[in-house]
Amino acid sequence: MQTTEKVKPCFPLFNEPEYQNIFETKRAYEERHPKEKVAEVFEWTTTKEYQDLNFKREALTVNAAKACQPLGGALCGLGFEKTMVYIHGSQGCVAYFRTYFNRHFKEPIAFIADSMTEDAAVFGGQKNVHEGLQNATKLYDAKMIAVCTTCIAEVIGDDLGAFIGNAKKEGYVDKDFPVPYANTPSFVGSHVTGWDNMFEGIVKYFTNGKMEDKAPGKNGKINIVPGFETYLGNYRVIKRYMNEMGVDYTYLCDPDEVLDTPATGEYEMYAGGTTIEEVQDAPNAITTFMLQSTTLEKSKKFIENTWNHEIPKLNIPMGVEWTDAFLMKVSEATGKEVPASITKERGRLIDMMTDSHQWLHGKKMAVFGDPDFVMGLVKFMLELGIEPTHIVCNNSNKRWEKAMKKMLEDSPYGIHAKLYPGCDLWHLRSLCFTDKPDFIIGSSLGKFIQRDTLYKGPEFEVPLIRLGFPIFDRHHLHRMTTLGYEGGMYILTTLTNAVLEQLDQETKLLGKTDYNFDLIR
Amino acid sequence: MGLLNREEAEALIQEVLEVYPEKAKKDRAKHLMVNDKTITQSKKCITSNRKSVPGVMTQRGCAYAGARGVVWGPFKDIIAISHGPIGCGQYSRGGRRNYFAGISGVDSFCDVMFSSDFQEKDVVFGGDKKLAKLIDEVEGLFPLSKALSVQSECPIGLIGDDIEAVSKKKAAEIGKTVVPVRCEGFRGVSQSLGHHISNDAIRDWILPARDGKLDEGTPYDVAILGDYNIGGDAWASRILLEEMGLNVVAQWSGDGTIVEIENTPKVKLNLLHCYRSMNYIARHMEEKYNIPWMEYNFFGPSKIAESLREIASHFDDTIKEGAERVIAKYQPMMDAIIAKYKPRLEGKKVMLYVGGLRPRHTIGAYEDLGMEVVGAGYEFAHNDDYDRTIKEMKDATLIYDDATGYELEEFVRQVKPDLVGSGIKEKYAFHKMGVPFRQMHSWDYSGPYHGYDGFAVFARDMDMTVNNPCWSMFKAPWQQEEVEAEQKVA
Repeated sequence: MQTTEKVKPCFPLFNEPEYQNIFETKRAYEERHPKEKVAEVFEWTTTKEYQDLNFKREALTVNAAKACQPLGGALCGLGFEKTMVYIHGSQGCVAYFRTYFNRHFKEPIAFIADSMTEDAAVFGGQKNVHEGLQNATKLYDAKMIAVCTTCIAEVIGDDLGAFIGNAKKEGYVDKDFPVPYANTPSFVGSHVTGWDNMFEGIVKYFTNGKMEDKAPGKNGKINIVPGFETYLGNYRVIKRYMNEMGVDYTYLCDPDEVLDTPATGEYEMYAGGTTIEEVQDAPNAITTFMLQSTTLEKSKKFIENTWNHEIPKLNIPMGVEWTDAFLMKVSEATGKEVPASITKERGRLIDMMTDSHQWLHGKKMAVFGDPDFVMGLVKFMLELGIEPTHIVCNNSNKRWEKAMKKMLEDSPYGIHAKLYPGCDLWHLRSLCFTDKPDFIIGSSLGKFIQRDTLYKGPEFEVPLIRLGFPIFDRHHLHRMTTLGYEGGMYILTTLTNAVLEQLDQETKLLGKTDYNFDLIR
Repeated sequence: MGLLNREEAEALIQEVLEVYPEKAKKDRAKHLMVNDKTITQSKKCITSNRKSVPGVMTQRGCAYAGARGVVWGPFKDIIAISHGPIGCGQYSRGGRRNYFAGISGVDSFCDVMFSSDFQEKDVVFGGDKKLAKLIDEVEGLFPLSKALSVQSECPIGLIGDDIEAVSKKKAAEIGKTVVPVRCEGFRGVSQSLGHHISNDAIRDWILPARDGKLDEGTPYDVAILGDYNIGGDAWASRILLEEMGLNVVAQWSGDGTIVEIENTPKVKLNLLHCYRSMNYIARHMEEKYNIPWMEYNFFGPSKIAESLREIASHFDDTIKEGAERVIAKYQPMMDAIIAKYKPRLEGKKVMLYVGGLRPRHTIGAYEDLGMEVVGAGYEFAHNDDYDRTIKEMKDATLIYDDATGYELEEFVRQVKPDLVGSGIKEKYAFHKMGVPFRQMHSWDYSGPYHGYDGFAVFARDMDMTVNNPCWSMFKAPWQQEEVEAEQKVA
């Protein structure tokens, strides 16, 4: 029973004997498998035999580490000034997208749906688009409405372009009001694909067929395209570098203000973001830097073909070398030198690497996450002397596989690594039992592997280090930085301290394992 | 009387409606009302369970969410397969905190996500073969599951897949129940139809399994319906029912198992907590098995005592005495909790916007703490829910159906409650506005809130949020001077 001194929530309340007793008495009504049988099957799920069966799966996904296209499309729309993200399809999807981002960013997320229901499934969603755009333009004081789609609209084959055109023709929405759109079917690709599609939709809307007075280099700026990026610090660090270099730039998709508004007593639906004028002017930039090289194919093609930009061949600027490469390329493109301040920052990262290398060298870490994020992270791990083991990418692509393979082959620390393109976290669970890494790096979704491995015994536990998306169960980590030297510092600090924390966990038993339980490290 | 009088409240609704285009305004007007306790039938003054207006920020989800998230997800030994593209399964994972006792991934599956991850070829050529193969794979890797349920996502119903045929065939092959659930997200207007469809699926595919084979049971057998064990709610309820001498044969669906469903037809009384999501199956069992059902409310000591006595009234004196014994046992603890928290919360005003039950069911708990609910609304209620709400709310309070983000914000801005209770989509906007906020779907990662033990947590949580110092720091000192200066000029 509760007491006023210490009111107990779920834990530790349900550890009290009266509740433990409830669990036992309830068992009698459950006709559950005997405990011995459950223990035996659990053990079996940790074996190589189970792993082989697990890897034979062709139809079933268990504990996915990816989401669907419109989630990415919605994040992209959020990065433009006073833009309302409008999802053409079922409203439940939108409730899910908002919720997913609410939980990650701990911020309000404003997306709307046009709430297609059974009649729209039969007759098509044009009526919804018309009414929806009319209401949305009246209600939300937006400068742009960015439309993407859910499965229902895609399966019934709604012609979104025609619907929006008709809405303008028939006066539901002003004919000059910008309504860029993208098809984002959930049964193709993943959330990173959706980002690419929506981005292409937006830049196409504002620049396609409007190229006569445009030419690369005309405005002297460079464009930065982030891709599906959820670390707010990553938007900020690149901006800082550009400012410190004196490079004039346009961030094409910039949600770092709207995803980090201050508590003032007023809720502001919009904040910051790339302006329409900036998008219109973007073809005049010297070139465009795509920060995520393997997942922005469609946008890249458009920018190359329509804007005539020679897009630099770069990898995601994570870790030392790839940040070096990025900065040198920016320098080369703009003629601006990398300033001493950034060189100093680089030096500080290298200094941190020298300080911490002894705790990281030779550590075996499994990784999962989105393609470019995983690629950048693995690259930095190799620079730190960490040995990546199981590399799982549920939403991988061929370009990613090829690039990853080459990178691992080129490093002595890559020899133990194995790529698992298209695999999910139930696959990774098996791998963590049969070939135990020291840690897993990934999103909150990995926490169940840590729990399951611990259940086998403390010596089997694989601790999770939280880097990636989504992070639901720790606060404010989305504000951190993983790109650039600054990102290297954050990753390095996170990894090193996870190693030291784990060492304390293992050595903190008084009189038993105090050796290596040191004050100084 | 709420904070506003009737005229003011009506004027506020009119003001809020002004922003809408004509058609949307006409529609939304029907969903907003000022409470009038003299009205017995809500249909005279509020419309519910209708399509949301396109392009307006509804907070509603879909039938799939009602089926997967609410009804099926919490059954621990029934593997819930999200059938279709990957998103729905991913987004519905772990968001509802339906607790269970068991070994996850071995004999319990509430926090494991199963999906058929539809690709373009599945949409083009149909997904039935994939589903059949997937069921074999599930069976191979998770042999201790007791049953499977297949939740259709939007494409399934559009491409003409026959999941019923696949389910039947595979059930025979693997010797386990496989339940097809036609909960495509475009069906109906909210989560609500997903509940109904799921109730019907249970009725058709599981419930009759032991017809004619069940023993008599005991005279004290009951079932809990419509408790999803969020943060352990059902456990904090079950403990009271057992202490008063009842046997809880089944929990639907929090921490529930398939045999509990199959054994429910032998209970003597069905106890219905979430009326909205499970009244259908209660009515069905009444008709088919002659099992009476009653709604109860385990939020706050007043309603709990009232409910325990009403439950006991269906049984003999041993149970009636049991109820009194339970009330007497917990009352001192409740008194102490109220003595501690009521002085800190007395007179505080609350606005609620939740799913289909809690806006009315938690009113008593707030009142136990001296708080007053001045606005209440539902995402997916029907008019029978509003009939019940009108009685619980005071006169001239606001009642809102399928409220939009804008409406909620405006109501809160003008009514200025001390606390808002709603969901994660609403939460952070109110944080920015400086309004103390509690999530009332997930208990804001706390709980349980049901039962006597739960009320202690509820009281603690409302206090920590209403009285946390963070709400008083919104203005920097130099901004406060500006505010004062402005006030002087005014």
